[in-house]
Amino acid sequence: MIDEKSTMSCAEFQARMPELIGSGENAANHPHVQNCELCRALLADLETIAEAARQLFPVVEPPEKLWAKIESAIKSEEDGEGSENSVGLLQPH
Amino acid sequence: MSNSPFPTQISTEPRNSRAESPTALARGNRPASFAPAAAPVPGEADALARAQAGDHQAFAQLYSLHKRRIYSLCLRMVGNIAEAEDLTQEAFLQLHRKIATFRGDSAFSTWLHRLAINVVLMQLRKKGLSLISLDEAMEPAPEEGPGRSFGAPDLTLTGAIDRLALERAVGDLPAGYRLIFILHDVEGFEHNEIAAMLDCSIGNSKSQLHKARLKLRDALRISPQQEVGP
Repeated sequence: MIDEKSTMSCAEFQARMPELIGSGENAANHPHVQNCELCRALLADLETIAEAARQLFPVVEPPEKLWAKIESAIKSEEDGEGSENSVGLLQPH
Repeated sequence: MSNSPFPTQISTEPRNSRAESPTALARGNRPASFAPAAAPVPGEADALARAQAGDHQAFAQLYSLHKRRIYSLCLRMVGNIAEAEDLTQEAFLQLHRKIATFRGDSAFSTWLHRLAINVVLMQLRKKGLSLISLDEAMEPAPEEGPGRSFGAPDLTLTGAIDRLALERAVGDLPAGYRLIFILHDVEGFEHNEIAAMLDCSIGNSKSQLHKARLKLRDALRISPQQEVGP
């Protein structure tokens, strides 16, 4: 009996990749990947990107002035002057 | 993203070592610094209790303890310093309004993290950005068909990705793709959590993440030589 997984085309395999990867299966063990250099390379690239993402955007310090703005906004709200947009929040820059 | 406030140094693991952890693509790659179940922050419990009772100094202390995480979260989700500042401000304003409602069902840092994400999502929706398009997710445009992603071996990534190049590529992603990529691959949320946050299906989240990674791969393959340092 021919294994359907090993005979699938690259297009068929790649169409199933989101579910395959997202479900937690080890896509590298898929029979198609074992026999397909292109899809193996694709999988390796996606792993490279996912790993690199962990190092993206390290934690950074906000500007010191920010607390003063927050404090002021809180005071305005407590004084009954505030609204959700009272300090210019959520306005496009 | 060209005026990135982040340092430019990046290190990448050799491909061989990644082969030992093939599930990196599937799991939420939750970095330790963003782990919602992180160990309690020293001084947090006391400050939280006092802040819930209306102590302003205690609230200021909570701000000091969490400002970096929240600001960094906002910054990477919107990619704009001024907007990130506004969103951080809004997140802490909402925290001030809602802090008395925190019951400790989850870690405070988790609760605050989600509050901040909701603030960002609300802002993006107000700006009219369509976060998720189911049709777009399920029916790839012709140029995004599976065949386009085939990678000839000599065109694959080298295993050393320049961080700035990747950040720039992430910034260029469509909003929906970027959000899911950030939430899953950077923030470490699982697909079921993302689906709940964005009010989409889990399958949609998986699909969008996959497409985001494919787009990043394409972007990084186009000009890798310009970005990789000596």
